[in-house]
Amino acid sequence: MIEDLQLETLINVVYEYYGFDFGSYSRASLKRRVDRIYQLDGFQRFSDFLSKIRSEPEYYKRLVEEITVNVTEMFRDPSFYKILKDEVLPNLAAKPFIRIWHAGCSTGEEVFSMAILLKEANLLQKAIIYATDINAKVLERAKKGVFGLQLIKQYAENYRNSGGKNDFSNYYIANYGVAKFNDEFSERMVFSQHNLVSDGSFNEFDLILCRNVLIYFDKDLQERAITLFDGSLSTLGYLALGSKETLKFASISDKYVQVNKEKVWRKLK
Amino acid sequence: MEETKVVGKFDVVILGGSAGSLQVLMKILPLLNVQLPFAFVIVLHRKSTEDKTLEQLIDLKSTVNVREVEDKVLLVPGNIYIAPSDYHLLFEKDNYISLDASEKVNYSRPSIDVSFESAAEIYKSKVLGILLSGANADGTKGMQIIKEMGGTIIAQDPETAETPFMPLNAIKFAKPDYILTVEEIIDFINSIQ
Ligand SMILES: C[S@@+](CC[C@H](N)C(=O)[O-])C[C@H]1O[C@@H](n2cnc3c(N)ncnc32)[C@H](O)[C@@H]1O
Repeated sequence: MIEDLQLETLINVVYEYYGFDFGSYSRASLKRRVDRIYQLDGFQRFSDFLSKIRSEPEYYKRLVEEITVNVTEMFRDPSFYKILKDEVLPNLAAKPFIRIWHAGCSTGEEVFSMAILLKEANLLQKAIIYATDINAKVLERAKKGVFGLQLIKQYAENYRNSGGKNDFSNYYIANYGVAKFNDEFSERMVFSQHNLVSDGSFNEFDLILCRNVLIYFDKDLQERAITLFDGSLSTLGYLALGSKETLKFASISDKYVQVNKEKVWRKLK
Repeated sequence: MEETKVVGKFDVVILGGSAGSLQVLMKILPLLNVQLPFAFVIVLHRKSTEDKTLEQLIDLKSTVNVREVEDKVLLVPGNIYIAPSDYHLLFEKDNYISLDASEKVNYSRPSIDVSFESAAEIYKSKVLGILLSGANADGTKGMQIIKEMGGTIIAQDPETAETPFMPLNAIKFAKPDYILTVEEIIDFINSIQ
């Protein structure tokens, strides 16, 4: 494993050369991620690794892509989607517009799951979904709405476990080993780059989802990100986190009530 | 070259196991001292759907408090922490736990190696790693690292393990400080000061 001091040096180099601040990421997992790419790319000396990062912007891009964890799936945690469907969407249904923000959307599986729920609730046409991530490469993939066919069986099962009643295969066209989701979904989506470390609020939303992103941040950055979400959420709007993340430690938590013990909180004031 | 160690102070005791380890754990838990002077972390391989049931089972069997593990919870001595399925459990400075949903390691998430190694980085000689029954090589590398950093490692006596591969592998490659039967493991844990 790389040394703590080496990690701190790398954080400083990245900040100095590219302005990106990994300093508030969870140290233990950041260290594993950096060590992983260091080994993967066969470096012998840390100084070689650092000078490659300094001198090659393309390599820096690869570094960021490899450090950030992009693991995701459709209808991940089915019980969470059940709450969205049964509790959250019905309470938003009366609004003239529904604005949703997926922060840290990765390759988009979560965003398409949301679009499917909206369609089934007859809300898709008045919804607009903003989906953001720092990683431009995953956003390119997310825009396409194309996922590997070998994964679809699991996704269809998650969908059914979340209470989905329709034939999942109606939502995509299968071809050459991939599933392309229908354009009516992507038409309601706007993808753009947004960095939770340094970028601010860009709209007001009725529902914000940031799942399995905060676990990679230290407590200070978690607090900053949650404050950003709070400032971007309308009163009576909802904030959703990942299955092992919590609002409990956040300073704004007393403005929120948790919905049915799931990882969804409603903003009361 | 067996050296006899006094059972000293540990900040964290981590117990890792796979196939055949749950029943061992069920034997250990009811017999533990009520006031454990360390945080007790359990990392078991299992299906992702069994989360709540495992927690409830352990809570039912044990005299010690079971704390729900969420990202950035504080490790407090005298409590049990169970690694949730589908996350690696890591240790941070200032006694926080953090979770990580990155790639599986040794086909496993949570991986025992990952938690062992992370504990060794933070707690150095104040880690006790215990490896139980299992059919997977997970745990061996982590044990080597605990040892390198000055911590203590125990493997379940393979003769007493339902699936001996995991402790055997550790014995072969990590040279545990102790190889103990289940009863001896219980005594060892209870004699930690
Ligand atoms: C594990 S994925 C989560 C995907 C999805 N939300 C889910 O729960 O399945 C984490 C995502 O967070 C993104 N991320 C990491 N740091 C970020 C930052 N500072 N700002 C915005 N996104 C970030 C990563 O690029 C990655 O795509």
